Amino acid sequence: MAASRRFIRWLTSARVVLSMIMLVLMFYMVIIPLYRMVATTVTWQPHDLTRVPDAEVGSLTLFHWERMLTSAFARIFLYAPLQHSIVVSLGASLLALVIGGAMAWLVVRTDMPGRGLISTLAVVPYIMPSWTLAQAWLVFFKNRLAGGSPGVYEYFVGQSPPSWLSYGPVPIIICSALHYYTFYFLFVSAALMSIDSNLEEAGELAGASRWRILRKITFPLVLPAILSGFIMTFSKVLGTFGGPNILGTPVRYYVVATMIRGAIGVGDKADAFVLGLVLVLMSVSIISLNQRLVGTRKSYETIGGRGFVAQVNRLGKMKRPAMIGVLVFQILVIVVPLGLLIYSTLMLRDGNYSLSNLSLQHWIGKRGTIYNHGEPGVLFNPKIYSSAWNSIKLSVLTAFFTAFLGIILGYAIVKGRGTRLSKMVEQLAFIPYVIPGIAFGAVYIAMFIKPVGPIPALYGTFAILVIVSVAKHIPYSSRSGVSAMMQVGRELEEAGVVAGANIWQRFRYLIFPLTSSGFIAGFLLTFITTMRELSLIILLVTPKTQLLASQTMFYTENGDGQMANAVILILIALVGIGYLIIGRFRGASLKKGLGM
Amino acid sequence: MTTTIVIRNLTKRFGSVVAVNGVSLTIEPGTFLSLLGPSGCGKTTMLRCVAGLEDPDGGEIYIGDKLVFSYDQGISLPPGKRDLGLVFQNYALWPHMTVKENMTFALQIQKLPKAEIEKRTRDALAEVQMADYAGRYPREMSGGQQQRVALARMMAYRPKVFLMDEPLSNLDARLRMDMRAEIKHLHHTSKATTIYVTHDQVEALTMSSQIAVMKDGVLQQLDTPERVYHYPANLFVADFIGNPKVNLLEGVVDGDHCVDLGSFKIAVNTYGSTGNVMVAVRPEDVTISTRPAPGAVEFTAYSVLPAGADSTIIARLQETEITAKVMGISTIKLDDKIWLSFDPETLNLYDKESGNLIVLGGGANTTKAG
Repeated sequence: MAASRRFIRWLTSARVVLSMIMLVLMFYMVIIPLYRMVATTVTWQPHDLTRVPDAEVGSLTLFHWERMLTSAFARIFLYAPLQHSIVVSLGASLLALVIGGAMAWLVVRTDMPGRGLISTLAVVPYIMPSWTLAQAWLVFFKNRLAGGSPGVYEYFVGQSPPSWLSYGPVPIIICSALHYYTFYFLFVSAALMSIDSNLEEAGELAGASRWRILRKITFPLVLPAILSGFIMTFSKVLGTFGGPNILGTPVRYYVVATMIRGAIGVGDKADAFVLGLVLVLMSVSIISLNQRLVGTRKSYETIGGRGFVAQVNRLGKMKRPAMIGVLVFQILVIVVPLGLLIYSTLMLRDGNYSLSNLSLQHWIGKRGTIYNHGEPGVLFNPKIYSSAWNSIKLSVLTAFFTAFLGIILGYAIVKGRGTRLSKMVEQLAFIPYVIPGIAFGAVYIAMFIKPVGPIPALYGTFAILVIVSVAKHIPYSSRSGVSAMMQVGRELEEAGVVAGANIWQRFRYLIFPLTSSGFIAGFLLTFITTMRELSLIILLVTPKTQLLASQTMFYTENGDGQMANAVILILIALVGIGYLIIGRFRGASLKKGLGM
Repeated sequence: MTTTIVIRNLTKRFGSVVAVNGVSLTIEPGTFLSLLGPSGCGKTTMLRCVAGLEDPDGGEIYIGDKLVFSYDQGISLPPGKRDLGLVFQNYALWPHMTVKENMTFALQIQKLPKAEIEKRTRDALAEVQMADYAGRYPREMSGGQQQRVALARMMAYRPKVFLMDEPLSNLDARLRMDMRAEIKHLHHTSKATTIYVTHDQVEALTMSSQIAVMKDGVLQQLDTPERVYHYPANLFVADFIGNPKVNLLEGVVDGDHCVDLGSFKIAVNTYGSTGNVMVAVRPEDVTISTRPAPGAVEFTAYSVLPAGADSTIIARLQETEITAKVMGISTIKLDDKIWLSFDPETLNLYDKESGNLIVLGGGANTTKAG
């Protein structure tokens, strides 16, 4: 009797109730889909009847795994694309490391002028959709290999650029790196800022040269941050669909992400899921490798975490050249691509760069012309308006739910620190991190094509887009929620408990107001990433739930590249406006949103 | 509004660590009880159990005639229903609310009438001399001011029991002195039964009517400050209380009125005890003379530390070191010969094995402690 009362009291305590709700929610959003995905790959699917007519649909089989791993097709289906994925992810991560790391050092640790402007601009590529650069690259370096009109390079140089420069791994790596270096920049600059400059000064007193200090003291101290950035970039690029689809697919340079889309396209769901699981495994193994490497070193991150003035390295005569170099670089990766995109949308006929070819056809043209398969210009195009509205709706809803869940998760995890329940919530919340974007989309097809218990088949609905976007963001939101709750401290809530406030009153009057800046940070990050997310939703959108991001891909694949570019520009404008509006609230910071 | 608090067999574990181990104590109405002990002794955990912020693993707690916690009956009232107020170590003022909002929060939850809320807020602020600060935010005030507001916030909801968790530990020494006087006075006017957690023995001695000394989750002694100071129940308490520290000398009870300390013997009231003992003598109970006196033992002044109002003298005889405290600035020089004498009435004898008090210095109520 007493024991059951105690159990009921435990079970009905705010922390336990909220933890349970979160567990159920994550079970439904992450675990069941993953299970469904695995299950699909080991059972006969209706689609297999075309290949194996006597297959018994629904019964167990290793057919798909054998087909993907050991059959004669395995090379084309899996091994070659996997090799490409690794090359591209590795290359992009390394290049991004060099760019982001160098920029972070210059901004945090030197007296280079213009550091404020540079660090603001450093975030801009991340705000733009990841495939913006790929589109701009094509506008410039396109050659005749994949057909269509000539690019800027060919038009002015008079010679087709070599194929390795136009398509394939090189441009994919460059474009991905120029998008994702922001991660490194944020991670490494945060780490550099938290290094006690005494450690470096001690090296200086010992008579070490600047280069030696950088190599022997600074670098090892920021190594954990560098590895974290590497993991994040690697697994992001692994699951990225846009860039490789634009720059790889035309020349049959397939990566796993584009293969998944292809397999879904022809109805081979089980094959697509095998590929998706391969991506998950890749990502899991690289993360566990990282944990083994960083493991004991992680303690570095806490050393000297207090505020202090970072030691400044004097660049002397190199001051101005350094600033000019960085600014030129930023102009090259921000202004030039945008300029190219804008110019491309202003050409009536693609590839003719004479002034007489300038036109607003793609923006405000009428329906039924010979351009763009007769579609009206984007500003008069109802399809664009409905996609834009869908995108905004999706981003705002996702950002709201994600930020809200983040605070609840933070509460459940922080309040239960040390209990098994809290650990379980924290670990479950981390899982979406290891599932690359496109694989996550595939997981959701597996889950929601059929009803699950009381939940209807959500495939093709707007709700599924919201759910998948929220689920994918849970790792970030829980991290920023945890750090927001840590700052609140347990006593502020306990003071409310003693005052007699119930859980609702505590959240309403104490916890939400006190974590509002964490909420805003989570909201901002999620809004931006959802707005320009493509890999995650490309498998899940239908004509009814079209988003701006998927619309651009649709136009590209249809050969209407200029329309695609116009849509990208609209998308960037909307992200920018959102950024400015949300940025007016206290606490809006991308870094905080990433849980740093 | 005075309330008795009864704690029976209270136990709280964190994993394999027993933070509070079967503590029982009764706190009479209007008592100012200090829970005193080194960090990690379980004093804060105990306070949090009384407050209802921790769920104990055994025992019962009564506040007044209300059973607020019983492990065996599966009862645990939420903190808000226990009629108590709590002042946190870091004050826990809500930073997004003004002083006034901080104070009215609990009153609004209790759904008190508006006029009553106004009155209580005003009175409580006036009581701590913070009437002009109602519109301030916590970060716009100094630590001492925040402390006063935290006290006022607690008093405004007029609980039957005050709980305070090391409320002065974040203040500087001078402010701490002022606040001690303040809190003692507030307790005097409100008469609320108070539990005050501290690791600072001076705080406990100066403010309390009762002190409960704890170590490793176990209650060592519950007594008045005078008795805790003069008659510590065991060697731990004797060693923990007092500054400079008590002198603890190893010896053997030899004959009826004498303890053999190896290099010398001193007269004590042994009341028939025998065997290995520890003799405890407070530094201020040691008498120093600069020339031989009957019954005095010759020592050498190893160090002399004058501190204005009093001086501490460290005396040595072979291996034996004794700390003595005398009033005023001492004229004794280092390496001077000095003669120490001890008043049998001020010596406490402890059993060497158990560490428990066997003979009270006063001798009046000689007891064999547990």
